[in-house]
Amino acid sequence: MAKIWVYAELNQGRLMPIGLELLARARQLGEVEAVALGPGAREAAATLGRHGAKRVLLNEDAAFGDYVAEPATDCLAALLRSESPELILFGFTTDSREVAGRLAARLGIGLISNAMDVTVADGGIVARVPYFGGAKVATYRANARPAIVLVRPRSFEPTEVGGEAEVVEVDAAVGEGSRRARIVERRVEAGEKVKLEDAEVVVSGGRGLGGPENFRLVEELAEALGGAAGASRAIVDAGWVPYALQVGQTGKTVRPNVYIAAGISGAMQHTVGMKGAKVIVAINKDPEAPILKMADLGVVGDALKILPKLTEAVRARKGG
Amino acid sequence: MKIVVTVKQVPDPNTPQALEADHTIARDRDVVLDPGDECGVEIGLQLKEAHGGEVVLVSMGPERARDAIRKGLSMGADRAIHITDPALAGADALLTARALAAAIGPESPDLVICATESYDGSTGMVPPMLAELLGLPQLTFAKRVEVADGRVTVHRQTEDGYQVVEAEAPALVTVTAAIAEPRYASLRGIMAARSKEIKTLGLADLGVEVGQPAETIEGVVDAESRTQGEIVEDDGSIGVEKIMSVLQAARVL
Repeated sequence: MAKIWVYAELNQGRLMPIGLELLARARQLGEVEAVALGPGAREAAATLGRHGAKRVLLNEDAAFGDYVAEPATDCLAALLRSESPELILFGFTTDSREVAGRLAARLGIGLISNAMDVTVADGGIVARVPYFGGAKVATYRANARPAIVLVRPRSFEPTEVGGEAEVVEVDAAVGEGSRRARIVERRVEAGEKVKLEDAEVVVSGGRGLGGPENFRLVEELAEALGGAAGASRAIVDAGWVPYALQVGQTGKTVRPNVYIAAGISGAMQHTVGMKGAKVIVAINKDPEAPILKMADLGVVGDALKILPKLTEAVRARKGG
Repeated sequence: MKIVVTVKQVPDPNTPQALEADHTIARDRDVVLDPGDECGVEIGLQLKEAHGGEVVLVSMGPERARDAIRKGLSMGADRAIHITDPALAGADALLTARALAAAIGPESPDLVICATESYDGSTGMVPPMLAELLGLPQLTFAKRVEVADGRVTVHRQTEDGYQVVEAEAPALVTVTAAIAEPRYASLRGIMAARSKEIKTLGLADLGVEVGQPAETIEGVVDAESRTQGEIVEDDGSIGVEKIMSVLQAARVL
């Protein structure tokens, strides 16, 4: 059976959900071991075991949490001198991709990023990756050993299967020269009212809103529906709203019951983050906008006129 | 301070993509300097203006990538290195990073600035690979960059706010589009760019060999697409009515 590693990302002592998502897939493919680095790893090990990890390789050195990417790269590279997994799975998240990128470069092997699925086929590792704007899906066979594959968040549902992992304390192996990019402070900016990833309803806005002052129309509808507001990369880049609201390939992946896209054209960057919604409603002035082709209901019209009326109607319904 | 900014030419994000009959991406689209890289050039120029020094652009791409390089030079960068070689067509992230590292290394820059991710690939894998190959710390996802007394400090964007991350120079920084509004090239800048040096290097000049690519494409199929549902033209009331009935059916009211 193939030996598979899952890089279980920790953030300030907390196990991130991506590790459990990856385990859900990995344990269908082979013998799974998780690597957990940083404070909180020992506590995470129990959870990782319940989700199917047979062994958890861990170290709680503070350097893993205090410095960007390099300490974790050192530790993984050191482990790979004596261990030989066939596949190492990382989440396609900000922190994990930096570790995976450095590791691949250090090992001199390539990696496959942005995968939506990974399997073992004909003795090799095969990943499915969105291609050409997400309209196509390419099947990639990894050429390197170990294969390093980065999987998009929320590609798999975490599942507890019971079980206890053997805990192996490994050498941190952090080089002195790797304590460089230090996180000296963490600031939390105004939090969201309803977490975007968990919201039943997401209302997102794009350039079609015309200007940042109109984004409140999106927020008001989201609030009336008890949901969360999201945004396209275009208006995040333009500085209208913070990055925390970005839905898409490098933003958040959401799977709400209802997704309402207002003034969003539907570029792949955006749609890969929301096409898993049960119902998609799109409002766009342009009848040719690609988003209308994937919507269950497409309204060709002006979001600036429709949103306030819709908010009013929702409020009236909920109040009455 | 010597600052290297990586720049890339990408298909114009404002024109639609097209596929050829054989599923390859049509190459006749308009190309532009990656909008994310414009922000990288801008912050590089601002740092030069504050601390003195030089801004060097490094780009990998076909002959016509020169237009993107010229754009960066007309914004105010001092000179450029253009890595171009037929063997680099379709290069994966690691080969790209190796070629860039081979060109950037001898420059011994104090700061390497990359966009967090490109507009076309959007995978952001090249910068961490490049940092590793150059032996530099990486300060990523910066929405703010400051350099003082040889220390580089960034505000690294996170899900719920930002981290303050710092390292001694030399370092590699990746910047988000929120970092700065790129300047327009002035007429004088455009004229001046014509006489600025663009050094062209091939793989042999760089001593880089094309290794095994990360993957072999086994097939390309249509994505499971959502089927188009009902389309209505809003007349002032039908849009809201239809949306309300969808919300009702989905039990979110």
